[in-house]
Amino acid sequence: MPASSGTAYVAGFNVATERDAVRRHIGLVFQEPTLDGYLSAEQNLKFHGELYGVDRAGAAERRKQVLDMVGLYERRHDLVQTFSGGMRRRLEIARGLLHSPRVLFLDEPTIGLDPQTRASIWDYIAQLHETEDITVFVTTHYMDEAEHCDRIAIMNEGQIVALDTPEALKAAVGKDRVQLSTDDDQAAMAALKSEFGLEAQMRDGQVTISVPEGAGFVPQLFERLGVPIRSVSVHRPSLDDVFLAHAGTTLRDAERGKGRPVHAGFPPIRRR
Amino acid sequence: MSATEISSVRVPRGGLGHEMRAVMTVWLRELIRFRRDPARMIASLAQPFLFLFVLGAGLGSLIETGSETASFTTFLFPGVLAMSVLFTAAFAGISMVWDREFGFLREMLVAPVSTTAILTGKCLGGATVATVQSMAILIFAGFAGVPYDPLMIVEIMGLLFLMSFMITALGLVLASRVKQVQSAMPLVQLIITPLMFLSGALFPLSRLPDWLYWVTHLNPMTYAVAPLREVVFERLAITPEVQALLNPPLLWGGFAVPVWLQALIVAGCCAGLLALAVLLFARSE
Repeated sequence: MPASSGTAYVAGFNVATERDAVRRHIGLVFQEPTLDGYLSAEQNLKFHGELYGVDRAGAAERRKQVLDMVGLYERRHDLVQTFSGGMRRRLEIARGLLHSPRVLFLDEPTIGLDPQTRASIWDYIAQLHETEDITVFVTTHYMDEAEHCDRIAIMNEGQIVALDTPEALKAAVGKDRVQLSTDDDQAAMAALKSEFGLEAQMRDGQVTISVPEGAGFVPQLFERLGVPIRSVSVHRPSLDDVFLAHAGTTLRDAERGKGRPVHAGFPPIRRR
Repeated sequence: MSATEISSVRVPRGGLGHEMRAVMTVWLRELIRFRRDPARMIASLAQPFLFLFVLGAGLGSLIETGSETASFTTFLFPGVLAMSVLFTAAFAGISMVWDREFGFLREMLVAPVSTTAILTGKCLGGATVATVQSMAILIFAGFAGVPYDPLMIVEIMGLLFLMSFMITALGLVLASRVKQVQSAMPLVQLIITPLMFLSGALFPLSRLPDWLYWVTHLNPMTYAVAPLREVVFERLAITPEVQALLNPPLLWGGFAVPVWLQALIVAGCCAGLLALAVLLFARSE
C-alpha cells in the first residue's frame, strides 16, 4: 500500500525504504488465522523460527517457553486443525513472540479467548515490558485491556482523535460520578440543588451527580445533605467514558450506523 | 499456565545463510504435508498407470514395432513418468492458492526473507514430492520392457526433478493470479493437459503436420520429455529402425537438438518462470 503522504518509522527504520530491516525487528499477530492446519503446533513454530532466523541453539527452549505461556506445550505434537479457535489464537500469539521482536504488533490479540488465557497473555506482555526493550502495539475493543497500556490512541473514522496516558485521558473527561440512594430521593435532589448548587439526575434508580473530586465530596455530603443516606458510590471516569466522549457514540451504534460507518479502534502503545 | 522466564531480544541477521534456512524450511513443509496425505499419492498415480497399461496395450495392438523387446508401452513409459510428475508438480505450485486462503501465505510473506527464497523452497518441495512419487511407477519398468539400470534411474530422477521444478514454478505463476480455490483445479487442467498432449509424451513427434510441429517444438515440456526417452532408449538393445520409430531425434529443421541443450532449455524455463512468479507475487500480495 503506497503512502498517501508522510513517512513512517518502525524501530528506527523507514517502512517504505527499509522493509526487510523493519520486518526483522517486528512481530505480527494478525486478527485472521495464519497457521498451517496440516502441521503440528510445534512444526508451525519451527517453521516460524527458521523463517525469522532464530538461533538454533536456543530454539527448542524458546519454543517450550512460549508454548508453556499459552498452555499448549502438552498439545505440541497435535495437528493445528484439531485445535479450537481459542487454542489457535493462543498458538498465534506464542508464535508472534517466538523470535523476541523489538516491536510486537497485536491486532486484537485476545478476541474470543477465555478470561484465564487473556489474563495470562497480558501477564506475559507485562513481563516482556519489564525485562526487555520491547514496544507492544495493540489494537483492541476491550477497554479494560487498553487500561494496561502506557499510552492510548483513540481512532474514529480513520483519524486519531485522542492520544495520551490512560490517567490523562480520564482526567480530561473530567468529573467523577457520585451515586447515592437515600430515604427520600426527591428531597435529596432538592437539597443537592439548594446546598451545593448541583443538578442531580436519576440514573439506574439512584441519585447521580458529577463532581470534580468525588472522594473528597462524600464527607461534605453526609454533613450537609440533611436526608438520611443509605449508600454512596464514587466512580472515576472509565475508558468507556473517555471513548464515548471522543467518538461520541457507542461501538454498537457505530456498527449499526447508517451511511458512513464509524470505525473505532484503540491502538494503545506500551513503551519504556 | 506457569510464569515464564523472559529471554532477551535477539534480532536475526539477514544474509544468504538466513535465506537458505528459509528455503529449506519451506521445502521441509512440503515434504511433511506430502507424508501426511497418502491418499493424494495413490490418487495421483492412478491416471499414469491407466495410461501406461491400458492405453499402451490398446494402442500397441495398432503399432507394429518389429521388435521383441520394445513395444508401444516402452515408448509410453518415459512419457507416463513425465505425466505423473506433471500433475503432482502443478498441484504443488497451485497449492499456494490454498495457502493464501488459509492465511499461511501471509505468515510466509511478512517474514524477513525474500519472496525468492519462499518460492524457491516451494519449487524444490514440489519437485521433490513429484520425483519421489514417480518412483512408484519406476517399479513397473520391467513390464514395459525397460531395464532396471541404477544409473538410468538416477538420470531419470534428475531429469524428472528438473521438469517438476519447472512445472511447480508454472503452478506458482498461475497461483499468483488465481484468487479463488474453486478455479484453481480447473485452471491446472486447462493448462497442463495441452502441455502434456503437445509434448511428445504420448506420440512420437517425427511425422507431424506443420502446425503441430511448431506447437510441440515451442512447448517447453517437449524438451523435458525427449531427454527422458533418450535415457531409457540408449539402454535398449534394438535396431536403428526401431530407434527411429520410437525414439526419433528432436529436430529444429535439420538440426538434431542435443540432450544437454534440451536440459538447458528446461533449466532456463525453471529460472524464467520462478522469476516471473516472484515478480507477480511481489506485486500482488
